[in-house]
Amino acid sequence: MMNLLQPGAEGVSVGRSLALALPVVVVLAVVPQLIDSYQTQLLTYGLIFGIAALGFNLLLGYTGLLSFGHSAYFGLGAYAAAFMVRYLGVGSMELYILGGLVITAVVTAAFGFVCVGYTRIFFGILTLALSQVLWTLAYKFFWVTGGTDGIRVPYRTMTLLAGAVDFSGPRSYQRFIGAYYYYVLGLFVACVALMWVIVHSPFGKALQAIRDNETRARFLGIGIRRYRWIAFMISGAFTGLAGILWVPLNGLVTPEIVYWPFSGEIVFMSVLGGFRSFTGPIVGAIVFNYLKTYAVASTEYWQAALGIVLVILVMALPTGIVGAVSRLAWRRGAESGGSGDQP
Amino acid sequence: MDIVIIQFLNSIFYAAILFLIAAGLSLIYGVMRIVNLAHGTFYALGAYVTAWAIGKAAGSMNIAVLFLLLPVGAVAVAAAGLLIEPALFRPLYNRPEEYILLLTFGLLLILEDVMRFLFGGMPLTAGVLMDSLGSFPVFGLKYPTYNLLVIGIGALAALCLWAFVYRTKFGVILRATSQDRRMASALGLDVRRVYMLAFALGCFVAGLGGAIVVPAQAAVLGMGVDALILAFVVVVIGGLGSLEGAMIGALLVSFVRTAGIQFFPEIELAVLYLIAAVVLLIRPTGLFGKV
Repeated sequence: MMNLLQPGAEGVSVGRSLALALPVVVVLAVVPQLIDSYQTQLLTYGLIFGIAALGFNLLLGYTGLLSFGHSAYFGLGAYAAAFMVRYLGVGSMELYILGGLVITAVVTAAFGFVCVGYTRIFFGILTLALSQVLWTLAYKFFWVTGGTDGIRVPYRTMTLLAGAVDFSGPRSYQRFIGAYYYYVLGLFVACVALMWVIVHSPFGKALQAIRDNETRARFLGIGIRRYRWIAFMISGAFTGLAGILWVPLNGLVTPEIVYWPFSGEIVFMSVLGGFRSFTGPIVGAIVFNYLKTYAVASTEYWQAALGIVLVILVMALPTGIVGAVSRLAWRRGAESGGSGDQP
Repeated sequence: MDIVIIQFLNSIFYAAILFLIAAGLSLIYGVMRIVNLAHGTFYALGAYVTAWAIGKAAGSMNIAVLFLLLPVGAVAVAAAGLLIEPALFRPLYNRPEEYILLLTFGLLLILEDVMRFLFGGMPLTAGVLMDSLGSFPVFGLKYPTYNLLVIGIGALAALCLWAFVYRTKFGVILRATSQDRRMASALGLDVRRVYMLAFALGCFVAGLGGAIVVPAQAAVLGMGVDALILAFVVVVIGGLGSLEGAMIGALLVSFVRTAGIQFFPEIELAVLYLIAAVVLLIRPTGLFGKV
């Protein structure tokens, strides 16, 4: 399908990747000291969507499967946390993560088992159909899920790090945003590192082999279905974690987050950044979040603005932001005789 | 008894609309291998344009002229299709199919807002047509006569589509292109023209669905997004690319939906998606789809 600019096509050393990643992490750690809490909140959303898109791209970029149903796993994580607040009175973020991941894992295992038998457009439609089953449940069983009113998840009663950090008392919102940013950043860094290890492991290489040539991969003795299934579960778990992290920040979960246009937005993020590179979806998610926020704030017709960006992207910039930037860097590197390969 | 008959008629009414949307989706996929996420929005556009045109003319013209305005929506959507296909889709045919899918998603976002911009946020209706036909009695209950007209148009459209695809020369070209694009091109067919017309035809049918539904149900924002998913369920059950499949799928979905609203309203939609998922598992190409 894609022979140029594949993720992980060139030799990538751990040291070099760390050297590239470290300054970024340092900048992300310092930035909240320089910006106000609204901007910090925006960046937190961006990081959370980054985790979701990172998980999504294990399927699209590395396994060659386009899921149009990732809103389901995001929503599962979000609703799992909300149910724990509403029905169990749980206030610990770590318990949300634990419970949410268990539920997401169970459902993605079942959905994935069904879906990975198919590829291409059938895979897309099947993931879409299954995600919409969950959407109707969230939408129609209003006595459980609150219907379109959703479920509130207040940050005031929530604690981080097993109760070490709470948000009662004055200026709680500012303190919440400040602390939660670093909480999300920590998990974000962990997720990126974990995904990096996964895609550069023999397992990740096998996924790429399946993506590039299924028949040959089968001849090599790779259990295609099982590999795809595992990739599906990992992908769903990352996106589910993003959903869990998103809930307290948003304060509310409604069925809209499970509805299929949100799946489209996750695809959008990955394509915006460039799904052929490891960092593309992360960059895409953060940029998309700013793009959407400012489009919504500045025009009533923000949907059209996003649509136009997407159309231009598809027509003129198919490798996304990271693809375009790295091609520029590569060209410059080639001119000066340097090596300048993919990040 | 009366309720059963009315629900039966409702199901057929609903199936006629759903068939028109799904047939267009299926035709476009069958010929061009494009899954058009903006297809539901084309249906909505047809509804808006017809409602707008009838609303403008309602005061000054007599009712027969208003009925002639009904297909305006369908024609407008077909014209839009004739512009969109060469401008946006054509450059992408040599790329992986994911790109066109994404492009149609972008198109959906744009068209939703274009409609909001042109027609405003308020629902538009063409109820004057429905009122003019009155109603007929069903065992003491009343049923709108207009709904019968919709059923008739749906049936006629199905017949015309079938005759067009299986009994005309262009139909043969259409089917040849859908089976082997490169071979058709090698034999001297103008594939670009075939694609353009197939896309416009698919758009026309979807627009027609919207145009005839709008006297009975107001055009509202978001109707396209909802309709798309139901049309997907129809074509998945019936088989992507199959007209017969779209027909059977539309009937099945409508009857399950009507029964669902009557007996199990909470899980009515979930049941439909589950049926689609099960069909896809047992027969990935749908009940009538060819491999």
